[in-house]
Amino acid sequence: MSGREYMLGNVAIARGIVEGAVDVVSGYPGTPSSEIVDTLASMNERDFYIEWSVNEKVAMEVAAGASMAGARSVVTMKHVGLNVAADPLMTLAYMGVKGGMVIIVADDPSCHSSQNEQDTRRYSVFSQIPCLEPSTPQQAKDMIPYAFELSEKYEIPVIFRSTTRISHGKSDIKLAPVRQKTGEIKFEKNPDRWVMVPKNARVRHPHLLSIQQDIRGEFEFSGWNELSIEAENNIGVIACGTAAVYAKEALDRLGITASFLKIGTYPIPEDSVRQLLAKTEQVIVIEELEPVIEDQCKVIARDVGFETEIFGKADGILPRTGEFNVDICMEGIARAFGIDSCECKPATQAMELPVRPPAMCPGCSHRGTFHVMKKVFGEDAVFPSDIGCYTLGIQHGTVDTTLCMGASISVASGIYDAGEKKPICCTIGDSTFFHTGINSLMNAIYNKSDITVLILDNRTTAMTGHQPNPGMGKTATYEPTVEVAFDKLCSAMGAEFVEVVDPYDMDATEDVLQRAKAYEGVSVVIAKRACVISAAREGIRYTPFMVDTNLCKGCRKCLKFGCPAIEFDEVSKKASINSMCSGCGLCVEICNFDAIMEVKK
Amino acid sequence: MTSDLSYFDLVIAGVGGQGAVKVSDIIGKAAVSDEMSVRAAETHGMAQRGGSVVNYVRLGCELGSLIPCGSAHGMLALEPVEAMRYIHDVSKDGIVVMNISPIYPVTVTSGQCTYPDPKEIAARIEKDYRVVAFDAVALARQAGNIKTLNVVMLGAISSYLPIAEETLVECIKNLVPPKTIDTNLKAFRLGRETTRQ
Ligand code: SF4
Ligand code: SF4
Repeated sequence: MSGREYMLGNVAIARGIVEGAVDVVSGYPGTPSSEIVDTLASMNERDFYIEWSVNEKVAMEVAAGASMAGARSVVTMKHVGLNVAADPLMTLAYMGVKGGMVIIVADDPSCHSSQNEQDTRRYSVFSQIPCLEPSTPQQAKDMIPYAFELSEKYEIPVIFRSTTRISHGKSDIKLAPVRQKTGEIKFEKNPDRWVMVPKNARVRHPHLLSIQQDIRGEFEFSGWNELSIEAENNIGVIACGTAAVYAKEALDRLGITASFLKIGTYPIPEDSVRQLLAKTEQVIVIEELEPVIEDQCKVIARDVGFETEIFGKADGILPRTGEFNVDICMEGIARAFGIDSCECKPATQAMELPVRPPAMCPGCSHRGTFHVMKKVFGEDAVFPSDIGCYTLGIQHGTVDTTLCMGASISVASGIYDAGEKKPICCTIGDSTFFHTGINSLMNAIYNKSDITVLILDNRTTAMTGHQPNPGMGKTATYEPTVEVAFDKLCSAMGAEFVEVVDPYDMDATEDVLQRAKAYEGVSVVIAKRACVISAAREGIRYTPFMVDTNLCKGCRKCLKFGCPAIEFDEVSKKASINSMCSGCGLCVEICNFDAIMEVKK
Repeated sequence: MTSDLSYFDLVIAGVGGQGAVKVSDIIGKAAVSDEMSVRAAETHGMAQRGGSVVNYVRLGCELGSLIPCGSAHGMLALEPVEAMRYIHDVSKDGIVVMNISPIYPVTVTSGQCTYPDPKEIAARIEKDYRVVAFDAVALARQAGNIKTLNVVMLGAISSYLPIAEETLVECIKNLVPPKTIDTNLKAFRLGRETTRQ
């Protein structure tokens, strides 16, 4: 297949993985990275192995193992996932790889859907693993086959940094042919390489340092870095990633020409930086998040004794946080070079607009669970929570903490250990529980916490796009597999109070939670009910509900329940239910006047 | 000021679940069939659960996918408050095609915020922009399914896009579920009629 296609950046990356003749792909879902594995897993014909792993560390280790056997492998995750996988990453740098291994990490400047906005390039510097960074979805696709080759040439994994705008940007993409597979799959024993005991690690560390110069030398002439010197003007721009494209548009709109160095590789091309600095008096470095390139440029300038003024984040000309765009780049360039910018500021909103936060779907079982939980434990109880759709429960006052994947249970234990006397009930989703919640639960049981753990089992990894997990009995490609039973797993770890409830049955849920609260020690309650979106996809339909306006007293109790399908008519002062109702029936139990009922056929 | 770095920069504003991504997909694919380069940016993740959504499509553009402030040639607004929220992206000579039928956020239904009068929103926007405002939900219902609201709106903006109508129709046929093709084509026609002079 060749030609041009309109694609999501992540789909283009997936295409690049195929073009690069991959053998093994693993990953853990996380916005904005998830569609890479989703796309590859949904392909009808596939000559590689693919899996959703239980967390990023596991995923990284699967990809590393494959590479040791000579296979080309890819592991995908979002930026915070790399923290989970940081342990194998750092040692993998010493150990190196055999088959090409690409670590795809999607950063999220502005935290569109993340708990922080860390910069993966820092891990590249930290681990001394080279990193490639595309400026467009097209480059993202084209870089992947190159990344495999680079990885094989220097026997080191390669980090590929994407950002939200690449991963979730769309563009016309020129396809290239799929390469032939070449490598032979065979694990060869080589303990000096594959066993990182101190004796071997001590040898590999200098080796890792020694190849840095070679890799940098290779990047010096790489097409991923582009230098253009503008003899007429003594100003320059150094930029990377999507910011490089914004910077080009900004220059165009400002109507100025400048020498330009686009950087797509780490280590950065130092000779090109030197050439640019030699020809300019003022330079601005434009990069999203951390001043990685800016710092290095300053070191280079100082070492060579250049007087060039270097602007960027350190002087506050560009922001250290958040996503960039053309306007931010225009303003930065104009300020750095003292140009008048015809900048446009969003006018202060002439009208007060209601905020529209994302909310749990109409009929989401979590809403029922949270409602009962609050009723049983009291509004004053402590509710540590975790990462998933249920984090949206923050609007219901049922999410008191969210640190990172899997932390709800350990944070709950910590709050208990500190001597907190209020009841503590933490919530964690099914996929998140498998990710790193298991360790935390084991720890809580072992160390005798007195907390209630509510596992919100909606039978899928809903927030990131409904990827299967080990609780579903389905693999990434929807082949049937074993279904991990939460209750047995928790019992095996020593939990003595383990119950499964259907959150659509509020009375039964309330009864179980009452007993769980009274129980001394770790009580585990599994609230099991499929996510309404997956249920609807499987063709499950319920009759919608309605409000009988004769019975409705306009007390607004059902509105506080927060289902987006319930509205209030300010004229008649009555509640009503709109077409989004999915028929879960949860609001029936909320109404004190029996005004909510099924729509009669 | 609109830009000559792009033939047409379009802002699509709406609420998660209204089908904004589908519209941008149809336009994007159609542009590629008409041999244009395209850049688009989408909202994923959090905002999809009924949150505020803004997508960008840049036709005939080789640059980044984000449209600089105040320079879009047009806006397709699936919801009135969301039109207002992102109106600053549009150039003063740009065209705004908006649905005036509101979706109340939970903050409104639960009484924390009030929802402004959609007619007032349209009137405010009309002061500075060329506006075509109508009840697209009613037209979608007329087409046979209120879920075709997004395609009604696509029909309405299509009069201004540098893409052939036939190409858009072809792409709708390819991208909507086969059973719903007729309803969607009707929705497209009804929408297009609102803006055809
Ligand atoms: S996607 Fe599923 S789990 Fe998430 S809020 Fe909607 S119904 Fe609940
Ligand atoms: S039955 Fe009630 S709670 Fe459930 S989706 Fe319908 S309106 Fe919402």
